[in-house]
Amino acid sequence: MRKFRTYGEVKHQTESELLEQVLDQRVRLSTRLSRVGTVVAIASGKGGVGKSAVTTNLATTLATRGHQVGVLDADLNGPSIAQMLAVTDATLEDRKDGVVPPRGVAGIRVMSMELLQRNKDAPLRWKEPDSDTFLWQSSMEASALREFLADVDWGEPDYLLIDVPPGTDKIRRLLELVPNLPVLLMVTTPSEISRSVVARSIRLVKEAGVPTVALVSNMTDYLCPDCGNRHPLFRGNGARRLAEDSGHPIWAEIPFDPRMGEDTDRGRPRTLEDPEGEVALAFGSLADRLEGLVQSGDNLEKSSGDGVMSEETNEEQGVFK
Amino acid sequence: MKFLCIPCDEVMDFVERQIPGDGTLAAVFACEKCHREMAMLTNPMETQFVSSMGVKIGGREVPAQPMEVTRGGLEGGSDTAFVDPDTRSDPEDEEARPSVGTDPTQADPPTYAGPTAVEWSPEAVERLQRVPGFVRGMVKRIYTDYAQERQIRTLTPEVMDTARSDLGLEGM
Repeated sequence: MRKFRTYGEVKHQTESELLEQVLDQRVRLSTRLSRVGTVVAIASGKGGVGKSAVTTNLATTLATRGHQVGVLDADLNGPSIAQMLAVTDATLEDRKDGVVPPRGVAGIRVMSMELLQRNKDAPLRWKEPDSDTFLWQSSMEASALREFLADVDWGEPDYLLIDVPPGTDKIRRLLELVPNLPVLLMVTTPSEISRSVVARSIRLVKEAGVPTVALVSNMTDYLCPDCGNRHPLFRGNGARRLAEDSGHPIWAEIPFDPRMGEDTDRGRPRTLEDPEGEVALAFGSLADRLEGLVQSGDNLEKSSGDGVMSEETNEEQGVFK
Repeated sequence: MKFLCIPCDEVMDFVERQIPGDGTLAAVFACEKCHREMAMLTNPMETQFVSSMGVKIGGREVPAQPMEVTRGGLEGGSDTAFVDPDTRSDPEDEEARPSVGTDPTQADPPTYAGPTAVEWSPEAVERLQRVPGFVRGMVKRIYTDYAQERQIRTLTPEVMDTARSDLGLEGM
């Protein structure tokens, strides 16, 4: 039987090395993100808990405090941020050194798949071939997300918020692209189902060594727009139990205000519509915690974690502030 | 990925890349020692898989363009999604610019202002205008970079054909 050398043993550097091209992509990504003050991912693992609403309202709260803010809608298949921040009909500037995203309400830069699609109601589709789609579609989506991060000229924002779609695999995909992610806000609700799903996501980010993971308990109770009283929406409080079990703090408890949905649907986040209201106050607390963390500089550096990513990969991309 | 010439025990060098059609990608490699050549053919799924990673078999001949994988692969991309900043009346005054409703099909391909200026022939301009607006700006830069790399002063449809084959720009 013939005995072959391994790939590594065959020394031959040519320009066709695919690995070099992949490393170039990583350099491009890390260079772009090195201009961002703090990257904050808003995730859950669970759908329907209000991640996008939390993202847009946190973004507007930070922006109205004078911060430069960018929002990346990482939900390629169900984008909503463009509508929530009123940029659905806006255009992107096509520059050689990067695509400049439009500014939405409060001057927030927004990048979303919704801005690229001709028919806003059409499902995300990639070009031919139709067969064996499952083999390359995930790779295509990972590349699209990489390009949203690396090829978009975000400027030098203080905060770049990333709205991560449901599914722990989507959190993992983001962590592969941004291995030194400093802050992850895990959105949950008081429901037991939400607690269970989000607990899995927390385990994943713990293993990846994300330095700051905090919970945002959304829809904690019903805020009646007529009488102003609060009423419970769920039995028990899975969010608080999750905080106790996981050891990650709850940074904000956001009440469910039916006006919040209406406002965000028409591109006017509740925090702008009613800056003195209870929803805005809750987001103010969340922004306080985030600002405090950034000012202190603590818990922004990646720990060793249990190792989803290799140390080698981290060093290659390790430029996050 | 390396191709080894077994008789010579040498890694074969990349020679050329072609897109013969039908979603096939052909990449030719040759042994520097015995000059034996071989062609690697990928089926449409394999071609798409490589393309989805944003890498080029045989290496890159022009720099990667912003969002080239997304723009090259998205079905149903909006022709009005991107605007060419060269068509803006006042590129410095960002806030004053309307970001909605600009028609990029009205954009003339500008003369490249790099070290080697590249002009577009009227026929090349006409052909470029037929490229969907969603990718036109990117395609324009790719052809311009290609011509500049080779010190070609005038971009013609013939140069575009050659570049298309050399760079593996199917559908552009």
